[in-house]
Amino acid sequence: MAATREKPARNRLISGPGTLLVWLYGVMVVGAVSRSVYQIATDFDRAPLAYSLSAVAGLVYGFITYSLVRGGEQARRAALVCCGAELVGVLTVGTWALVDPSAFPDQTVWSDYGMEYLFIPVILPISALYWLRKAARQGEAA
Amino acid sequence: MLDALTLVTGVAALVLAAWCGWAAYRDQPTKDWHFIAMAVVSVLALVQLVIGIVQLARGEKPDQGTTIFVAYLLGAFAAVPAAGFMSLAERTRWGSITVAAGGVVLGVLEVRLYDIWGG
Repeated sequence: MAATREKPARNRLISGPGTLLVWLYGVMVVGAVSRSVYQIATDFDRAPLAYSLSAVAGLVYGFITYSLVRGGEQARRAALVCCGAELVGVLTVGTWALVDPSAFPDQTVWSDYGMEYLFIPVILPISALYWLRKAARQGEAA
Repeated sequence: MLDALTLVTGVAALVLAAWCGWAAYRDQPTKDWHFIAMAVVSVLALVQLVIGIVQLARGEKPDQGTTIFVAYLLGAFAAVPAAGFMSLAERTRWGSITVAAGGVVLGVLEVRLYDIWGG
């Protein structure tokens, strides 16, 4: 927060709807990271693919959260790419787990398109992509 | 005891979510009364954390494991304060929506806590 105040020129990404996005991404970071750490530490052999994917999801969420908080054009672009990757990931893993359940003996954050997490994993990247594009237009106007 | 507290905390979290959602609907930021409500919910979650740890210390075992139980207790305690601080920085309706989302998240965590404890 302090850094963004010192440099008002930097495009702020966490005002308005961005606040809600940061909050939800923060929740997903905690959820995905703690879940995968626990599962990898205790029971990795049971579903290595599922647990690794959860860990990757956690890292992606962490990076997006950091980018949103940091703000600025570069961070905005990086977050845009990651949100796209996240959307592809949740759709791929969601479909993959439906087509070939044997690959996923246990749930991932992205199974059933994130149904266990109130579909937040699939709604979040879409709204984040919308918000990040909107933030770019506002940045140009300012 | 713990089950009753889980229920009360979950309901309080959803009431908080509805109230802040109403504030957002009327295009208002969170106000003093909202913060008092957040404090009440946070205290409930803190009491839950303490009682949960006391139960563990007494030797009771949660159905789905101690680590997961403690992790969820900590998460439940942190959820509403974190959203509250964000709404302090965001003095628009979006701050209210964030706290509403925090209440919903806590509600979900309470349901999971109920399952993990094995009520």
